[in-house]
Amino acid sequence: MEGHFSPRPRPWVALLLLVSLAGCSRSGGDAAASSEGGSVTLLNVSYDPTRELYTDFNAAFAKHWEAKSGKKVTIKQSHGGSGKQARAVIDGLEADVVTLALAYDVDMLHDKGQLIPADWQKRLPDNSAPYTSTIVFVVRKGNPKGIKDWEDLVKEGVSVITPNPKTSGGARWNYLAAWGYALRKQGGGEATAQAFVEKLFRNVPVLDSGARGSTTTFAERGLGDVLIAWENEAFLLTQEVGKDKFEIVVPSVSILAEPPVTVVDKNVDKRGTRAAAEAYLQYLYSDEGQELAAKHYYRPRSQAVAAKHAARFPNVSLFTIADVFGGWKKAQAAHFDDGGVFDRIYAPQAR
Amino acid sequence: MSVSSRRRRVLPGFRLSLGFSWFYLGLIVLIPLSSLFLKTFTLTWAQFWETVTAPRALAAYQLTFGASLAAALANVVFGLLVAWVLVRYRFPGRDLVEALVDLPFALPTAVAGLTLTTLFSANGWYGQYLEAMGLKVAYTSVGVAVALTFIGLPFVVRTVQPVLEDIDVDVEEAAATLGATPWQTFSRVLFPSILPALLSGFTLAFARALGEYGSVVFISGNMPLRTEIVPLLIITKLEQYDYAGATAIAIVMLMASFSLLLAVNLLHRWSHRRLEARTGS
Repeated sequence: MEGHFSPRPRPWVALLLLVSLAGCSRSGGDAAASSEGGSVTLLNVSYDPTRELYTDFNAAFAKHWEAKSGKKVTIKQSHGGSGKQARAVIDGLEADVVTLALAYDVDMLHDKGQLIPADWQKRLPDNSAPYTSTIVFVVRKGNPKGIKDWEDLVKEGVSVITPNPKTSGGARWNYLAAWGYALRKQGGGEATAQAFVEKLFRNVPVLDSGARGSTTTFAERGLGDVLIAWENEAFLLTQEVGKDKFEIVVPSVSILAEPPVTVVDKNVDKRGTRAAAEAYLQYLYSDEGQELAAKHYYRPRSQAVAAKHAARFPNVSLFTIADVFGGWKKAQAAHFDDGGVFDRIYAPQAR
Repeated sequence: MSVSSRRRRVLPGFRLSLGFSWFYLGLIVLIPLSSLFLKTFTLTWAQFWETVTAPRALAAYQLTFGASLAAALANVVFGLLVAWVLVRYRFPGRDLVEALVDLPFALPTAVAGLTLTTLFSANGWYGQYLEAMGLKVAYTSVGVAVALTFIGLPFVVRTVQPVLEDIDVDVEEAAATLGATPWQTFSRVLFPSILPALLSGFTLAFARALGEYGSVVFISGNMPLRTEIVPLLIITKLEQYDYAGATAIAIVMLMASFSLLLAVNLLHRWSHRRLEARTGS
């Protein structure tokens, strides 16, 4: 055979085989390896600014879990925009736990992917949000425009930097914080709140697609008089990135930002990692977890730990999204979905 | 043609190759694209129409196609110039220029976008002077075109360069001895030969620009109705988990680009035939 027939087609057959093998091999490995033996691998799918927090926390938890169960645990981290991360998990990224920026994105794991039960937020204390944050302002050193509260953001000639609520989870907190402030002030109602937020966004020259983009626009490009930001991002900017260039201004009223966490039931059951994944999230509520949250400028839930860091986190009158907007789903539908209030601010006839 | 097809090929037979080509293209291109259409079919016709003709969508098409066109045209002019210099001159640092041309291919587009924004913003190296002259680049449609020009440059240079290399200097010298002015030599002798390659380069740069996201979102400022590109609009739909709406807009883009690319390809073939007729081959 070989002598007669030239072996020309062989490489092609081999290539086809290779392609089909590559297709098959994926399904086998992952699941089995994670649960067997003395080691576990967890994947934590999170949003952008938690990278440093979870690098520290993962090391702490690995130590704790090995001492407690005798098993080694390796935690992989994935970071990106909150909505993008949720879509990746829905589309099959095998996250054991998600730690996202807003409950709406976690809700979609139930609505679109059937990966978790509908009442996921009741499974852990404090709405499944082990640490919180709030929305504050960052201004340039010396506060040249004299910005003290939300009211100053709608003044003529004040340029405000905030990301696009359509593409950024963090920006949605900013927007709702402003709305909540306007509702609460003397004589405030839905109509005045909408007018206030519209006026505020008229002062926004650029809508970055994400929170870090806005921070860059404000800090590096020198655009804008005030940056609306998460408190932890504001601390990073004033204490670590641009020392002596920026100041934090805490408004009189703001929103309680509760970044939620949950195990992804379908994935942990498939991979046999439920015990470790649940312990991982519970450990966020431990003293060590709370200390690490505070270290990375997130407000701890624990009263004791919070008291230790009281100087870092000034008292603000905080409202929750459930109180003012009836939860994330309602807020999303009314404000940020196509045709919602945010779109109307930029509708052609309104300009 | 028919004679040559019977010749022994280096690669295995026509049928196997064609079969593999279909299989491969189906797997990599056809199935992903048709699933895009399937997703859109979950919308009613009225919903589809409303989504793709929303004022913001219309403004975004205009910006994306306009800026992509401007960028591709700019690259045709300056890409040709770069290719010409690289082919016809030997100078110190030529290898460096060669490598620089490919850099926009290799750089992650988000990094390119950030860098361009840094340079062109009001306090940036270029931006401070341009703004003093009254030209705002960052956060305007000009900025969008700048980013798209950056990512499209290699396409024109790399398609024109080999064709230019094939044209002997003798041809120019012959034209000169026959009394042609430099302009005549360029417009009558050189330009017709490189036109097909130039068109290919233009098409590639244009197509690349239409789908570009990473480098543009930073410099555009993403202001609705003004500097919002189509890919951003698609992302905002995805952020609402509105997969069908996102694919609807994607399909409009796809159809528009496909017909444009088809038109340019036809133009390409026509100019090629004309060239062959003229050179008498």
